[in-house]
Amino acid sequence: MKYLQEICPILSKRQVTELAFDITVSAPQMAALAKTGQFAQITCDGFFLRRPISICDFDKEKGTLRFVFEVRGEGTEWMSTVKEGETLDIIGPLGRGFEIVSGEGQAVFVGGGIGTPPLLSGASMYGKNATAILGFRTAKAVILTEDFAAAGAKVMLSTDDGTAGHCGLVCDLLLERLENGPCDVIYACGPKPMLKAVAAIAAERDIPCKVSLEERMACGVGACVGCAVKTRTPKGEERYAQVCKNGPVFDAKEVVW
Amino acid sequence: MADLRVNLCGVPLKNPVIGASGTFGYGREYNEFFPVSRLGGVSCKGTTLEERLGNPPPRIAETPAGMLNSVGLQNPGVKRFISEAIPFLKKQGTAIIANVAGSSVDDYRRIVEILSDTDVDMIEVNISCPNVKEGGVQFGATCAGAEEVTKAVRAVSKKPLMIKLTPNVTDIAEIAAAVEAAGADCVSLINTLLGMRIDIRTRRPILRNNTGGLSGPAVLPVAVRMVWQVANRVKIPVVGMGGIAKWQDAVEMLLAGASAVQIGAANFTDPFTPVKVLEGLERYLDDNGIEKVGDLVGKVQPW
Ligand SMILES: Cc1cc2nc3c(=O)[nH]c(=O)nc-3n(C[C@H](O)[C@H](O)[C@H](O)COP(=O)(O)OP(=O)(O)OC[C@H]3O[C@@H](n4cnc5c(N)ncnc54)[C@H](O)[C@@H]3O)c2cc1C
Ligand SMILES: Cc1cc2nc3c(=O)[nH]c(=O)nc-3n(C[C@H](O)[C@H](O)[C@H](O)COP(=O)(O)O)c2cc1C
Ligand code: FES
Repeated sequence: MKYLQEICPILSKRQVTELAFDITVSAPQMAALAKTGQFAQITCDGFFLRRPISICDFDKEKGTLRFVFEVRGEGTEWMSTVKEGETLDIIGPLGRGFEIVSGEGQAVFVGGGIGTPPLLSGASMYGKNATAILGFRTAKAVILTEDFAAAGAKVMLSTDDGTAGHCGLVCDLLLERLENGPCDVIYACGPKPMLKAVAAIAAERDIPCKVSLEERMACGVGACVGCAVKTRTPKGEERYAQVCKNGPVFDAKEVVW
Repeated sequence: MADLRVNLCGVPLKNPVIGASGTFGYGREYNEFFPVSRLGGVSCKGTTLEERLGNPPPRIAETPAGMLNSVGLQNPGVKRFISEAIPFLKKQGTAIIANVAGSSVDDYRRIVEILSDTDVDMIEVNISCPNVKEGGVQFGATCAGAEEVTKAVRAVSKKPLMIKLTPNVTDIAEIAAAVEAAGADCVSLINTLLGMRIDIRTRRPILRNNTGGLSGPAVLPVAVRMVWQVANRVKIPVVGMGGIAKWQDAVEMLLAGASAVQIGAANFTDPFTPVKVLEGLERYLDDNGIEKVGDLVGKVQPW
């Protein structure tokens, strides 16, 4: 695995909800290596640690990376203030992504809130064979549904308060989708309780399931063992794996929830 | 061009910049950014006799100008260190510094004995890890404990021994003097300072371990002071670390009395920090007409 650092000019920046921003940067070397589900570490001015943000999409020809992030604290607050024409210091592409090889078969992508961005490039690979089940707090927090639709995916939307789409959980929609058609694989990213529930549904039906996890990081490359997540080895032993290097995408069966 | 070579108690280093234990893995990851052969050495992740699983997450918390960690010595154990890490580093051509910890004096003795028959160039003995109940700081916090471990490893070691000291003590120079008397070849300092952060929303500590070790630029002045105190007290070489993030910091550390420096948490902010420190140091020496880096060591002129 090759890691790169680039000082990336911001080509476009858009505020997409009250808290979420969508930026595209020029990063030709990283874009050339990027794979779906990988992430990058972004320097925020005045902060010691970089912030891990998923690569939402990449364009190898144009040499660009796209990030969609939500303001959660001081670092992402700073990121929300950058302007087109300025630069971001980014290292990447990092981690093991979804490892989608062909995009054949029927795939269901389950995203919760700010967990939806890392699924977009994977859904594009499946195109019409993808269903994107996306859940948000409320209508105003909905992001990326048009992008998933443009990628060819059938989009199913839910909100906690019913202000858009189904009122309730993504898992309701997942069960509905699984009733109504074949599914060869599930890819999921979002809050841990959601992932746990998705993993349980997949396990009951013996559907392969990949989940993208979050943990606080320092190096982001596998050198510090800071980003631990408990996993089970094939022999049944519990171990801490590194989210940044062994993940962020894990087989749902490996994760000790 | 100034001469950057350093001889650290018999181990020739091509330059005085070393990746610090626990922040640099076994060199593999940073070797994907730049050849680690550029560095004087790599101090490997703390190794114990048996595998250790480490502490539950979260293990990382950001602080003003630094970070806390509570990794807790997660490592695959000495057998896998020997079979997996040493062969890789050996190929890179940089000094290999094993970093060891144990729960008992006998653990320290046995692991040093085992590593004596390998290709490591030097053994750094960590008696200063703040994140484990056993295997660290309970030995490093007293002269008697530090001396006992040093004597035990001295008796079996065929490699130069570097004892790594904790800053969480009243008088670090006293501990340094004790390990010197017990046969240490050199000392390295500082390990992390014990710290804590609290999430004001949940009222929970951010680290699952409640407390963790502070490192990064926030600790630099503490580290410089301690290196200076220790260098004035002992005759063996001192390896300085704690908060070095740029070449100027490394020059300070050398002036305070360090013969070489280690770079830790700053790698997380900028993976190229060690290379930049090296280049800056070289320029500084050239600009000031200093022929070899050793001429800088301990040259602070205190008031
Ligand atoms: C692999 C990965 C991919 C991610 N992808 C995205 C994405 O595409 N879009 C997005 O909006 N967010 C994403 N996140 C979450 C994002 O990293 C955090 O929201 C962000 O780090 C918060 O930083 P802050 O300074 O605003 O918050 P603060 O709470 O002020 O941050 C303090 C420290 O905690 C860390 N931290 C806080 N929350 C998280 C978290 N959830 N995960 C990891 N570290 C955290 C910060 O990095 C920082 O070191 C991802 C996280 C990971 C691990
Ligand atoms: C994530 C992390 C893990 C560490 N693990 C070890 C370790 O295993 N053994 C050890 O002797 N020191 C360990 N340290 C301490 C560093 O080697 C160093 O002494 C300390 O961080 C101060 O230097 P810095 O400010 O440059 O990071 C660790 C530090 C960090 C940040
Ligand atoms: S963040 Fe350092 S190992 Fe994952």
